[in-house]
Amino acid sequence: MTLAEVAAALGLVPLMEFDPDRRVRWGFCSDLLSDVLAHAQEGDLWITHQRHLNVVAVAKLKGVAVVCVRGLRPSPEVLDKAREEGVVILTAAEDAFELAGRLYHLLVGKP
Amino acid sequence: MPAEGGILLRRVFPVPPDAIDQAGQVSTEVRRLLRGLGAEPEVVRRAGIVCFEGEMNIALYTKGGRIVLVVRPEVVELLFSDRGPGIADIELVKQPGYSTAPDWARELGFGAGMGIPNMEKNSDEFHIFSRVGQGTVIRATIYRRRHDPG
Amino acid sequence: MTLYEVGELVGAEVLAGEELLDRWVDKGCGADLLSDVLAVTEEGFLLVTGMVTPQAVRVAEVMNACAVLFVRGKRPPQQLVDYAREAGIPLLATEKGMFEACGLLYGRGLRPTGFRHLSEYAG
Repeated sequence: MTLAEVAAALGLVPLMEFDPDRRVRWGFCSDLLSDVLAHAQEGDLWITHQRHLNVVAVAKLKGVAVVCVRGLRPSPEVLDKAREEGVVILTAAEDAFELAGRLYHLLVGKP
Repeated sequence: MPAEGGILLRRVFPVPPDAIDQAGQVSTEVRRLLRGLGAEPEVVRRAGIVCFEGEMNIALYTKGGRIVLVVRPEVVELLFSDRGPGIADIELVKQPGYSTAPDWARELGFGAGMGIPNMEKNSDEFHIFSRVGQGTVIRATIYRRRHDPG
Repeated sequence: MTLYEVGELVGAEVLAGEELLDRWVDKGCGADLLSDVLAVTEEGFLLVTGMVTPQAVRVAEVMNACAVLFVRGKRPPQQLVDYAREAGIPLLATEKGMFEACGLLYGRGLRPTGFRHLSEYAG
Protein backbone atom coordinates (compact mmCIF):
# COMPACT_ATOMS: atom_id res chain seq x y z
CA MET A 1 0.00 0.00 0.00
CA THR A 2 1.13 3.55 -0.50
CA LEU A 3 1.70 5.88 2.42
CA ALA A 4 -1.12 8.07 1.12
CA GLU A 5 -3.53 5.13 1.21
CA VAL A 6 -2.41 4.08 4.66
CA ALA A 7 -2.68 7.63 5.98
CA ALA A 8 -6.17 8.00 4.55
CA ALA A 9 -7.34 4.62 5.83
CA LEU A 10 -6.03 5.19 9.36
CA GLY A 11 -6.67 8.90 9.67
CA LEU A 12 -3.00 9.75 10.06
CA VAL A 13 -2.19 13.44 9.86
CA PRO A 14 0.93 14.18 7.80
CA LEU A 15 3.09 16.95 9.23
CA MET A 16 4.72 17.72 5.91
CA GLU A 17 4.30 17.01 2.23
CA PHE A 18 5.33 13.61 1.03
CA ASP A 19 5.46 11.53 -2.12
CA PRO A 20 2.03 9.91 -2.21
CA ASP A 21 3.39 6.90 -4.10
CA ARG A 22 5.87 6.12 -1.35
CA ARG A 23 5.16 2.56 -0.33
CA VAL A 24 4.70 1.14 3.12
CA ARG A 25 6.35 -2.25 3.38
CA TRP A 26 5.38 -3.15 6.95
CA GLY A 27 5.15 -1.61 10.40
CA PHE A 28 7.68 -1.22 13.16
CA CYS A 29 6.73 -0.33 16.69
CA SER A 30 9.43 0.84 19.11
CA ASP A 31 10.63 3.70 21.27
CA LEU A 32 14.12 2.33 21.63
CA LEU A 33 16.33 3.79 18.94
CA SER A 34 18.80 0.95 19.30
CA ASP A 35 16.04 -1.52 18.43
CA VAL A 36 14.97 0.53 15.44
CA LEU A 37 18.55 0.62 14.22
CA ALA A 38 18.88 -3.10 14.69
CA HIS A 39 15.58 -4.31 13.27
CA ALA A 40 13.61 -1.80 11.25
CA GLN A 41 13.61 -2.23 7.50
CA GLU A 42 13.46 0.23 4.66
CA GLY A 43 9.88 1.10 3.84
CA ASP A 44 8.57 0.36 7.33
CA LEU A 45 6.18 2.75 8.97
CA TRP A 46 7.76 3.44 12.37
CA ILE A 47 5.27 3.87 15.19
CA THR A 48 6.70 5.68 18.19
CA HIS A 49 6.20 8.06 21.13
CA GLN A 50 9.64 9.55 20.56
CA ARG A 51 9.86 12.88 18.80
CA HIS A 52 13.29 14.36 19.38
CA LEU A 53 15.97 15.12 16.84
CA ASN A 54 17.52 11.65 16.91
CA VAL A 55 14.28 10.27 15.49
CA VAL A 56 14.99 12.15 12.27
CA ALA A 57 18.52 10.79 12.03
CA VAL A 58 17.44 7.22 12.68
CA ALA A 59 14.48 7.45 10.31
CA LYS A 60 16.71 8.77 7.56
CA LEU A 61 19.29 6.09 8.12
CA LYS A 62 16.75 3.28 8.02
CA GLY A 63 14.58 4.75 5.27
CA VAL A 64 11.39 4.69 7.31
CA ALA A 65 8.52 7.11 7.74
CA VAL A 66 7.49 8.00 11.28
CA VAL A 67 4.11 8.10 13.02
CA CYS A 68 3.94 9.79 16.41
CA VAL A 69 1.14 8.36 18.52
CA ARG A 70 -1.34 9.77 21.02
CA GLY A 71 -1.54 13.04 19.16
CA LEU A 72 2.06 13.85 19.96
CA ARG A 73 3.98 16.08 17.59
CA PRO A 74 7.65 16.87 17.29
CA SER A 75 8.72 20.47 17.78
CA PRO A 76 8.92 22.83 14.81
CA GLU A 77 12.72 22.51 14.95
CA VAL A 78 12.51 18.74 14.60
CA LEU A 79 9.97 19.03 11.79
CA ASP A 80 12.23 21.47 9.94
CA LYS A 81 15.09 19.04 10.24
CA ALA A 82 12.86 16.24 8.99
CA ARG A 83 11.89 18.26 5.93
CA GLU A 84 15.51 19.07 5.29
CA GLU A 85 16.45 15.39 5.49
CA GLY A 86 13.49 14.12 3.51
CA VAL A 87 12.06 12.27 6.49
CA VAL A 88 8.26 11.99 6.59
CA ILE A 89 6.51 12.35 9.95
CA LEU A 90 2.83 11.88 10.59
CA THR A 91 0.76 11.90 13.73
CA ALA A 92 -2.08 9.70 14.98
CA ALA A 93 -4.60 10.17 17.75
CA GLU A 94 -4.45 6.51 18.81
CA ASP A 95 -1.91 4.94 21.09
CA ALA A 96 0.70 2.54 19.78
CA PHE A 97 -1.20 -0.63 20.58
CA GLU A 98 -4.29 0.38 18.65
CA LEU A 99 -2.39 1.93 15.77
CA ALA A 100 -0.23 -1.17 15.40
CA GLY A 101 -3.37 -3.28 15.48
CA ARG A 102 -5.11 -1.30 12.80
CA LEU A 103 -2.06 -0.95 10.59
CA TYR A 104 -1.29 -4.65 10.89
CA HIS A 105 -4.74 -5.59 9.71
CA LEU A 106 -4.70 -3.03 6.97
CA LEU A 107 -1.46 -4.44 5.61
CA VAL A 108 -2.42 -8.07 6.12
CA GLY A 109 -5.79 -7.45 4.50
CA LYS A 110 -8.07 -8.85 7.15
CA PRO A 111 -11.11 -6.95 8.45
CA MET B 1 -1.46 1.58 72.19
CA PRO B 2 -2.99 5.02 71.74
CA ALA B 3 -2.79 6.54 68.26
CA GLU B 4 -0.17 9.23 68.09
CA GLY B 5 -1.91 12.29 66.67
CA GLY B 6 -4.06 10.09 64.48
CA ILE B 7 -1.08 8.45 62.83
CA LEU B 8 -1.83 4.85 61.98
CA LEU B 9 1.52 4.09 60.44
CA ARG B 10 4.79 5.89 59.87
CA ARG B 11 7.70 4.42 57.97
CA VAL B 12 10.95 5.87 56.73
CA PHE B 13 12.53 4.31 53.66
CA PRO B 14 16.08 5.26 52.76
CA VAL B 15 16.77 5.55 49.05
CA PRO B 16 20.48 4.88 48.78
CA PRO B 17 22.70 6.48 46.15
CA ASP B 18 22.99 4.67 42.81
CA ALA B 19 19.80 2.85 43.68
CA ILE B 20 18.51 2.65 40.14
CA ASP B 21 18.29 -1.14 40.02
CA GLN B 22 16.33 -1.28 43.24
CA ALA B 23 14.15 1.65 42.28
CA GLY B 24 10.58 0.63 42.84
CA GLN B 25 11.27 -1.31 46.02
CA VAL B 26 9.81 1.40 48.20
CA SER B 27 6.66 1.71 46.13
CA THR B 28 6.14 -2.05 46.31
CA GLU B 29 6.48 -1.94 50.07
CA VAL B 30 4.24 1.13 50.41
CA ARG B 31 1.53 -0.64 48.42
CA ARG B 32 1.86 -3.72 50.59
CA LEU B 33 1.56 -1.68 53.78
CA LEU B 34 -1.44 0.26 52.53
CA ARG B 35 -3.22 -2.90 51.47
CA GLY B 36 -2.50 -4.30 54.90
CA LEU B 37 -4.21 -1.28 56.45
CA GLY B 38 -7.26 -1.87 54.29
CA ALA B 39 -6.78 1.20 52.13
CA GLU B 40 -9.02 1.53 49.09
CA PRO B 41 -7.51 -0.01 45.92
CA GLU B 42 -7.58 3.36 44.19
CA VAL B 43 -5.61 4.92 47.05
CA VAL B 44 -3.10 2.07 46.92
CA ARG B 45 -2.72 2.54 43.20
CA ARG B 46 -2.25 6.29 43.34
CA ALA B 47 0.14 6.09 46.26
CA GLY B 48 2.12 3.44 44.41
CA ILE B 49 2.46 5.59 41.32
CA VAL B 50 3.35 8.72 43.29
CA CYS B 51 5.88 6.76 45.28
CA PHE B 52 7.38 5.11 42.23
CA GLU B 53 7.84 8.39 40.38
CA GLY B 54 9.28 10.07 43.47
CA GLU B 55 11.61 7.16 44.07
CA MET B 56 12.79 7.27 40.46
CA ASN B 57 13.47 10.98 40.72
CA ILE B 58 15.65 10.49 43.77
CA ALA B 59 17.48 7.61 42.08
CA LEU B 60 17.95 9.43 38.78
CA TYR B 61 18.86 12.92 39.89
CA THR B 62 20.36 12.78 43.34
CA LYS B 63 22.87 10.95 45.45
CA GLY B 64 20.11 9.41 47.50
CA GLY B 65 17.48 10.53 49.94
CA ARG B 66 14.52 9.14 51.78
CA ILE B 67 10.83 8.59 51.53
CA VAL B 68 8.55 8.94 54.52
CA LEU B 69 5.11 7.35 54.52
CA VAL B 70 2.56 8.60 57.03
CA VAL B 71 -0.90 7.08 57.10
CA ARG B 72 -3.76 8.67 59.02
CA PRO B 73 -7.43 7.75 58.94
CA GLU B 74 -8.15 10.49 56.39
CA VAL B 75 -5.01 10.70 54.33
CA VAL B 76 -1.88 9.03 53.03
CA GLU B 77 1.14 11.31 53.00
CA LEU B 78 4.33 10.68 51.15
CA LEU B 79 7.37 12.85 51.69
CA PHE B 80 10.34 12.63 49.36
CA SER B 81 13.50 14.33 50.49
CA ASP B 82 16.99 14.48 49.12
CA ARG B 83 20.14 16.54 49.28
CA GLY B 84 20.43 16.59 45.53
CA PRO B 85 21.01 19.58 43.29
CA GLY B 86 17.70 21.21 44.05
CA ILE B 87 15.18 22.46 41.52
CA ALA B 88 15.87 25.91 40.15
CA ASP B 89 12.48 26.50 38.60
CA ILE B 90 9.61 24.64 40.23
CA GLU B 91 7.01 25.76 37.73
CA LEU B 92 9.20 24.44 34.94
CA VAL B 93 9.52 20.93 36.38
CA LYS B 94 5.76 20.77 36.71
CA GLN B 95 5.50 21.15 32.94
CA PRO B 96 5.02 17.84 31.17
CA GLY B 97 7.90 17.14 28.86
CA TYR B 98 10.49 19.23 30.71
CA SER B 99 13.36 16.94 31.57
CA THR B 100 16.92 17.12 32.80
CA ALA B 101 17.40 13.38 32.50
CA PRO B 102 20.81 12.04 31.55
CA ASP B 103 21.06 9.73 28.54
CA TRP B 104 21.36 6.57 30.59
CA ALA B 105 18.06 7.38 32.27
CA ARG B 106 16.38 7.80 28.91
CA GLU B 107 17.75 4.43 27.87
CA LEU B 108 15.80 2.95 30.75
CA GLY B 109 12.66 4.58 29.48
CA PHE B 110 12.50 7.38 32.01
CA GLY B 111 13.31 11.03 31.75
CA ALA B 112 10.43 11.96 29.51
CA GLY B 113 9.65 14.79 31.90
CA MET B 114 6.41 13.27 33.12
CA GLY B 115 7.46 12.28 36.62
CA ILE B 116 6.48 15.34 38.61
CA PRO B 117 3.35 16.04 36.58
CA ASN B 118 2.30 12.42 37.14
CA MET B 119 2.93 12.69 40.88
CA GLU B 120 0.87 15.85 41.05
CA LYS B 121 -1.92 14.32 38.99
CA ASN B 122 -2.17 11.34 41.33
CA SER B 123 -2.16 13.47 44.50
CA ASP B 124 -4.88 15.56 46.10
CA GLU B 125 -2.36 17.99 47.55
CA PHE B 126 1.13 18.46 46.21
CA HIS B 127 3.97 20.75 47.27
CA ILE B 128 7.58 21.08 46.23
CA PHE B 129 10.09 22.84 48.47
CA SER B 130 13.51 23.17 46.98
CA ARG B 131 16.73 25.14 47.17
CA VAL B 132 19.42 24.90 44.54
CA GLY B 133 22.55 23.41 46.02
CA GLN B 134 20.76 22.08 49.08
CA GLY B 135 18.06 19.68 48.06
CA THR B 136 14.39 19.08 47.60
CA VAL B 137 11.38 17.99 49.61
CA ILE B 138 8.20 16.94 47.88
CA ARG B 139 5.02 16.33 49.85
CA ALA B 140 2.18 14.44 48.26
CA THR B 141 -1.14 13.91 50.04
CA ILE B 142 -3.79 11.44 48.94
CA TYR B 143 -7.22 11.56 50.54
CA ARG B 144 -8.62 8.29 51.73
CA ARG B 145 -12.30 7.49 51.64
CA ARG B 146 -14.01 7.60 55.01
CA HIS B 147 -15.18 4.30 56.28
CA ASP B 148 -16.73 5.59 59.50
CA PRO B 149 -20.04 7.43 59.36
CA GLY B 150 -20.19 11.00 60.71
CA MET C 1 -8.55 -13.90 26.22
CA THR C 2 -6.52 -15.77 28.80
CA LEU C 3 -2.78 -15.32 29.20
CA TYR C 4 -2.45 -18.87 27.98
CA GLU C 5 -4.09 -17.88 24.71
CA VAL C 6 -1.89 -14.79 24.51
CA GLY C 7 1.15 -17.01 24.72
CA GLU C 8 -0.16 -19.34 22.05
CA LEU C 9 -1.10 -16.49 19.73
CA VAL C 10 2.28 -14.79 19.71
CA GLY C 11 4.33 -17.93 20.19
CA ALA C 12 5.64 -16.84 23.55
CA GLU C 13 7.63 -18.71 26.13
CA VAL C 14 6.32 -18.39 29.68
CA LEU C 15 9.15 -17.24 31.94
CA ALA C 16 7.19 -16.70 35.14
CA GLY C 17 3.66 -17.15 36.41
CA GLU C 18 2.88 -20.49 34.79
CA GLU C 19 0.20 -20.98 37.41
CA LEU C 20 -1.42 -17.64 36.52
CA LEU C 21 -2.04 -18.28 32.85
CA ASP C 22 -5.77 -18.52 33.28
CA ARG C 23 -5.87 -14.81 34.05
CA TRP C 24 -8.17 -12.93 31.73
CA VAL C 25 -6.93 -9.89 29.84
CA ASP C 26 -8.81 -7.59 27.45
CA LYS C 27 -6.54 -4.55 27.18
CA GLY C 28 -3.06 -4.01 25.88
CA CYS C 29 -0.41 -1.33 26.12
CA GLY C 30 2.54 -1.32 23.75
CA ALA C 31 5.32 0.88 25.05
CA ASP C 32 9.06 0.77 25.58
CA LEU C 33 9.24 3.95 27.59
CA LEU C 34 8.14 3.40 31.15
CA SER C 35 7.04 7.02 31.47
CA ASP C 36 4.31 6.16 28.97
CA VAL C 37 3.24 3.09 30.91
CA LEU C 38 2.97 5.23 34.06
CA ALA C 39 0.42 7.37 32.23
CA VAL C 40 -2.02 4.49 31.69
CA THR C 41 -5.32 5.08 33.46
CA GLU C 42 -6.53 1.50 33.71
CA GLU C 43 -5.48 -1.71 35.40
CA GLY C 44 -5.29 -5.34 34.43
CA PHE C 45 -3.75 -4.67 31.02
CA LEU C 46 -1.11 -6.68 29.19
CA LEU C 47 2.11 -4.69 29.00
CA VAL C 48 3.84 -5.37 25.69
CA THR C 49 7.33 -4.00 25.82
CA GLY C 50 10.87 -4.25 24.54
CA MET C 51 12.21 -2.67 27.72
CA VAL C 52 13.54 -5.78 29.38
CA THR C 53 14.61 -4.27 32.69
CA PRO C 54 13.73 -4.69 36.37
CA GLN C 55 12.09 -1.27 36.21
CA ALA C 56 9.64 -2.56 33.60
CA VAL C 57 8.48 -5.26 35.98
CA ARG C 58 8.26 -2.75 38.84
CA VAL C 59 6.18 -0.44 36.71
CA ALA C 60 3.91 -3.31 35.72
CA GLU C 61 3.48 -4.04 39.40
CA VAL C 62 2.78 -0.44 40.39
CA MET C 63 0.28 -0.09 37.55
CA ASN C 64 -1.45 -3.37 38.45
CA ALA C 65 -0.85 -4.73 34.98
CA CYS C 66 -2.05 -8.27 34.32
CA ALA C 67 1.21 -9.51 32.84
CA VAL C 68 4.26 -8.48 30.85
CA LEU C 69 5.04 -9.68 27.33
CA PHE C 70 8.60 -9.02 26.24
CA VAL C 71 9.06 -8.72 22.49
CA ARG C 72 11.85 -8.80 19.92
CA GLY C 73 13.36 -11.99 21.26
CA LYS C 74 14.84 -10.30 24.29
CA ARG C 75 15.35 -12.43 27.34
CA PRO C 76 15.53 -10.97 30.81
CA PRO C 77 18.22 -11.80 33.37
CA GLN C 78 17.35 -14.46 35.93
CA GLN C 79 17.13 -11.91 38.74
CA LEU C 80 14.31 -10.16 36.95
CA VAL C 81 12.46 -13.43 36.41
CA ASP C 82 12.90 -14.36 40.07
CA TYR C 83 11.49 -11.01 41.13
CA ALA C 84 8.47 -11.40 38.87
CA ARG C 85 7.79 -14.85 40.27
CA GLU C 86 7.97 -13.53 43.79
CA ALA C 87 5.73 -10.59 42.97
CA GLY C 88 3.20 -12.75 41.13
CA ILE C 89 3.62 -11.06 37.77
CA PRO C 90 3.42 -13.38 34.77
CA LEU C 91 6.19 -12.89 32.24
CA LEU C 92 6.04 -14.02 28.66
CA ALA C 93 8.61 -13.54 25.92
CA THR C 94 8.18 -13.74 22.16
CA GLU C 95 10.56 -13.56 19.23
CA LYS C 96 8.06 -11.43 17.37
CA GLY C 97 8.40 -7.70 17.16
CA MET C 98 6.05 -5.36 18.92
CA PHE C 99 4.22 -4.45 15.74
CA GLU C 100 3.30 -8.03 14.93
CA ALA C 101 2.54 -8.95 18.54
CA CYS C 102 0.21 -5.97 18.99
CA GLY C 103 -1.30 -6.60 15.58
CA LEU C 104 -2.16 -10.18 16.44
CA LEU C 105 -3.48 -9.33 19.90
CA TYR C 106 -5.59 -6.49 18.57
CA GLY C 107 -6.98 -8.84 15.96
CA ARG C 108 -7.97 -11.27 18.66
CA GLY C 109 -9.90 -8.56 20.47
CA LEU C 110 -7.51 -6.87 22.91
CA ARG C 111 -8.23 -3.16 23.05
CA PRO C 112 -6.06 -0.18 23.96
CA THR C 113 -5.96 1.24 27.46
CA GLY C 114 -6.77 4.84 28.27
CA PHE C 115 -3.91 7.24 28.86
CA ARG C 116 -3.62 10.52 30.71
CA HIS C 117 -3.60 13.10 27.99
CA LEU C 118 -0.73 15.51 28.16
CA SER C 119 -3.21 18.34 28.43
CA GLU C 120 -4.56 16.77 31.60
CA TYR C 121 -1.30 17.66 33.28
CA ALA C 122 -1.67 21.35 32.66
CA GLY C 123 -2.52 23.63 35.52
